[in-house]
Amino acid sequence: MTQKIAAINDFVVLFANINGSGSASANNLFAKAVFRLGVPVSAKNIFPSNIQGLPTWFEVRINEKGYLGRREGYDFIVATNGQTLVKDYNELESGGYFFYDSSRRLPDHLQRNDISEIGIPLTTICNENYSDPRLRQIFKNIIYVGALAYLFDMEFSVFEESIQSQFAKKAKLIAPNIEALKLGYDYAQEHYQDACELKIKRCDLNKDKIMIEGNTATGLGAVYAGVTVAGWYPITPSTSVIEAFEKYCRQLRVDEKTGKNKFAIVQAEDELAAIGIVIGAAWNGARSFTATSGPGVSLMSEFLGLAYFAEIPVFLADIQRSGPSTGMPTRTQQSDVLSAAYASHGDTKHVLLFPATPKECFDMTVKGMDLVERLQTPVIMLSDLDLGMNTHLCEKIQWDENYVYDRGKVLDYNDLEAKKERWGRYLDVDDDGIPYRTIPGTHPEKGAFFTRGSSHDEYAVYTEDGQVYAQGMQRLLKKWETAKTLVPPAEFSSDTENNTLGIIYYGTSTYAGREADDLLQKQGIHLDEMRIKAFPFGAEVAEFMHNHETIFIIEQNRDAQMKTLLVNEFQLDPKNLIPVLNIDGMPITAQYIADEIQKHFKTKQTLKAVL
Amino acid sequence: MSYIKSTFRHPSAKVNAIGFSKRDYEGALSTLCAGCGHDSISAAIIQSYFEMNIEPHKIAKISGIGCSSKTPTYFLGKAHGFNSVHGRMPSVSTGANMANRNLQYIGVSGDGDTASIGMGQFAHVVRRNLNMIYLVMNNGCYGLTKGQDSATADIGSAGKKGVENQFAAIDLCQLALQLGAGYVARSFSGDKKQLIPLIKGAIEHQGFAFIDVISPCVTFNNVPTSTKGYEYVRDHLDATGTIDFVPERQELKIIHPEGTSKEVKLHDGSKLVLKKNKHHYDLASKREAMNVIESVREEKKILTGLIYLHEDPKDTHTKINSVDTPLNALSQKDLCPGSEALNAINAVFR
Repeated sequence: MTQKIAAINDFVVLFANINGSGSASANNLFAKAVFRLGVPVSAKNIFPSNIQGLPTWFEVRINEKGYLGRREGYDFIVATNGQTLVKDYNELESGGYFFYDSSRRLPDHLQRNDISEIGIPLTTICNENYSDPRLRQIFKNIIYVGALAYLFDMEFSVFEESIQSQFAKKAKLIAPNIEALKLGYDYAQEHYQDACELKIKRCDLNKDKIMIEGNTATGLGAVYAGVTVAGWYPITPSTSVIEAFEKYCRQLRVDEKTGKNKFAIVQAEDELAAIGIVIGAAWNGARSFTATSGPGVSLMSEFLGLAYFAEIPVFLADIQRSGPSTGMPTRTQQSDVLSAAYASHGDTKHVLLFPATPKECFDMTVKGMDLVERLQTPVIMLSDLDLGMNTHLCEKIQWDENYVYDRGKVLDYNDLEAKKERWGRYLDVDDDGIPYRTIPGTHPEKGAFFTRGSSHDEYAVYTEDGQVYAQGMQRLLKKWETAKTLVPPAEFSSDTENNTLGIIYYGTSTYAGREADDLLQKQGIHLDEMRIKAFPFGAEVAEFMHNHETIFIIEQNRDAQMKTLLVNEFQLDPKNLIPVLNIDGMPITAQYIADEIQKHFKTKQTLKAVL
Repeated sequence: MSYIKSTFRHPSAKVNAIGFSKRDYEGALSTLCAGCGHDSISAAIIQSYFEMNIEPHKIAKISGIGCSSKTPTYFLGKAHGFNSVHGRMPSVSTGANMANRNLQYIGVSGDGDTASIGMGQFAHVVRRNLNMIYLVMNNGCYGLTKGQDSATADIGSAGKKGVENQFAAIDLCQLALQLGAGYVARSFSGDKKQLIPLIKGAIEHQGFAFIDVISPCVTFNNVPTSTKGYEYVRDHLDATGTIDFVPERQELKIIHPEGTSKEVKLHDGSKLVLKKNKHHYDLASKREAMNVIESVREEKKILTGLIYLHEDPKDTHTKINSVDTPLNALSQKDLCPGSEALNAINAVFR
């Protein structure tokens, strides 16, 4: 028999479940317990486009070094789904542990002598202890969590506390849940003492951290940013953004005296209407937003062009999923970079933000609302399914009480009253490409104008004068230059050593990108790191691009879309930019990136040798 | 065609009760074809808001794309306007209304803009009972692209090209009725006497008010073979009854012989007075309204006038229980929950 994998605070557990069986909350209970033990953890839900019955997996990576990206290879598999049992069994790492429901024997053909089998009769224990079939199902999940607590040597009290806080409002559920945990714990203790050499040991690495989904943080960010109007249409994986917005609005935005809402959420008939609602509200002076995914961005494109050309502040969160078309709707990707950057016909380009953590989802939503009003243009925040729908460990979210919203250049009644010269909606008086706007209903005589997507002069009057049109389009480019100075700058690794090699990542590729850089360093490959946080690219991005001979770009799409954007914006030689791409719908891993980069050097060496 | 609009104001020009002259309700000079029905509708809109004593800047005018959607430039120059994208006026209006419930909203659309490309948005803005006027300038054809049939063209009707339409016509009033509009009317651009009280009633109506105005396209669809040309429409009009709008506090001046007229009170005490005729029916009955539209159609006539009125006090804002203060007037203090609340939220995710 192969040696058992032995590790403390550094291994991956896979839960194989059936969708809709209540496993998600049990699995989260486990992940949260790891978090509460002070050990960095990341949890990824790999789910089907289905409500009930199809296979679903939940990966938990426990890593004391704080690497939170996905890692390939499962050290421990909790197999509760008969449909995938064989696949799961075969996927286990050599030396790993196969945990299964031993109420039924494993099929005879499952024969591996390089792994440890841990059979716990979950169904039998449930049947003996519960008569209600629904409780049997739910507690089966809790029982395996209890067994894991024993096997990984985790403090049982942490689970008790989790259960107590989870069911604080349904106190009568506390005792039976703890009871179920104990059933699993005791069985494992009795039958599998010293069977498992994977351990989770308490440390103190999660101080001031939280575990939260990116979408929850985005919705919360919109509340803090003062968004009052949301138009939306349900689409995975963005729906939970609006759900979170609504939840926190109901918690924090209901007028105490009247019981009335200081927000308006309109579920629209489609994504076209959703963005139309956002545009109408923004035009009328309210902060408004929507959340969607790739198909929604396609549908919103015409309106985005209007908002760009008529200069209306629109904030959109695009929670990317695998495309094209319906693609793999419940799998992650970073494949909307180009369609978002250049959404709509004609010459258009849009400000993009790339959050990598839930905290950044919050911060960038707040910042994004300032940017749209300052720049009077659409801003699209490109999150993705991995960031949006999985809980991520991150710094806690903070609010600076001195922070004041930047509502941009808006003329109020007094401004208009004091104006002697003729006001022009599209006049660039400050030479930054950003004109002043007025909100309907402000002044009886001054400030009214006609907003249109057709060509207009500086006074918003329809024109077909080509020169006037061209001047307006050029001014929008000047505004684009201003945008470069306002968006969040790129981030660089602290140990930048002026290497000739660079590595670029953004959004959720950040986790694996950083880890890959560490892996490569051990192999003697030194890369300067840059994390892109926004488009348009600032001067710092230009500098990095020009200071490195070869740059690897880590992306989760097929066509290296960020590379295209960089090549296009900076007129770079594409040969010097080497994309490292993953498109299988699973979050990219560090090992994959490191292998790909090493392969690149090997090929280069081979080529040199041959030549 | 004139190309300069005179800015001359006669010193003795009549002003309304809030001190505005009719000029204050006008807009830029129209660039539509001479004789276009749409210009008459613009004039009726101007007259209605003037007589209703509404401050021009407290109105927002929103449109889609097409000849009809150009008209908001030609009325209410002191009001903000928004010429959005084709068929999407309803969503922009919805967002605008959500942001500020205190303005009055008039949405202008055409038959292509509403019955084809914007059908989905039309249906859903009706369902929401958005507090607005939705006015369709209906000419049965696509004017700006030179006369193709629209979805409101009747079967057998032929425009300038002489090709008979083969496809069933969409009746927007029936649709609006079915979808739950509280105020449904149809009129004719050539009948100002009827159109003005209908617009006034719509202004006063709380909730969604729909007016389908047949407005002949003089260039592409004003031939004898068209059922939306001046000649045909004039010959086939059949009104629900002569209508008059009487504002609140104003005495009823037009005295109808007892039993020959019917008053419909609006929420603020204003009245719509409808002269009884052969189509006398309960205006608040959706079923009867549908019935009358159908029976008039069977007679190859066009039913105009107020077709249905049932005030549903629950407009979108009431349905979603939003505060009385316009949302765009709430300050950061009203909206941002602050750091203490955030600390409590962080604790939940520990």
